Amino acid sequence: MTVAARKADPQGLDPVDRRIVVETQGGLPLCPRPYHAVAERLGLAPDDVMRRMRRMLAEGAIRRIAAVPNHYALGYRANGMSVWDVEDARVSEVGRRIAAFDFVSHCYRRPRHAPLWPYNLFAMVHGRTREEVKAHVAAIGAAVDDAARAHDVLFSTRILKKTGLRIAG
Amino acid sequence: MATRSHHELTELDRRLLDSFQRGFPLDPSPFAAIAEAVGSDEETVLAAYRVLQDEGFVSRIGPVVAPHRAGWSTLAAMAVEPAALEETAARVSAHPAVNHNYEREHRLNLWFVVTAPDEAAGIVALDEIAAETGRKVIDLPLIEAFHIDLGFPIQWN
Repeated sequence: MTVAARKADPQGLDPVDRRIVVETQGGLPLCPRPYHAVAERLGLAPDDVMRRMRRMLAEGAIRRIAAVPNHYALGYRANGMSVWDVEDARVSEVGRRIAAFDFVSHCYRRPRHAPLWPYNLFAMVHGRTREEVKAHVAAIGAAVDDAARAHDVLFSTRILKKTGLRIAG
Repeated sequence: MATRSHHELTELDRRLLDSFQRGFPLDPSPFAAIAEAVGSDEETVLAAYRVLQDEGFVSRIGPVVAPHRAGWSTLAAMAVEPAALEETAARVSAHPAVNHNYEREHRLNLWFVVTAPDEAAGIVALDEIAAETGRKVIDLPLIEAFHIDLGFPIQWN
């Protein structure tokens, strides 16, 4: 790809990259040569599909290629969004520390929205029961110690829609 | 729908579920490559994944895209009184830009992810959702990610 073509798209994906992502993000076909099947559907060479996916993976547009488990079906019924009010100067350090726990699947800094929403650090905590999640959150609390002024944990009571992060075709 | 409980999964199922949350082979014959890694054969691995997907233990096999790299996304929240929750949630879910929508226990009780090709389109989507529900949407975009989302190890006990 030329530099000019790359610059045209702020995400670093050209139209062919996008078509590949759109075609595969809902799942690869479960057949012996899935990338060949995708290539055929898109009218591309299989090597080109794999080479582009490898590049997107290396550049981070694709985070990972995964057999994505449905944690809910596997017994992880309690999903708690733990939220923390951490002083701005320490939020990056604390965020990295929280992200290191293996029961945390996502850890993001987001803006506060005072007075309704005082929290600026979000960590998604997974467990089989609420008690397990609460114990995990307590472990995070002990690790961050005085850096967090307040925290809360929001349990999900219902999943109303879930399709996985997708890019628009 | 699952015909087995997760307690009844085989050793092979468990490895296929736990060990390829990243690094699913980008190889012409990925199931053969996995078979080699786990000491099985391609046909068995492919059949096991088909069953795991049919039963709902595997959501999908494919690329996980990074937020903000392959488009724009944000987390949004809304405070909805319980009597109106059902209807409001349905309106939010019906918007094509919404791909996750959770009810959570808090005054802000509806939490959803909005994705769009770019920020301008995302802001339009948030405005539409606010107009369609007649409610204030709290927009909480990602500022910094501390986790690169590699899945997490499954405890089988």
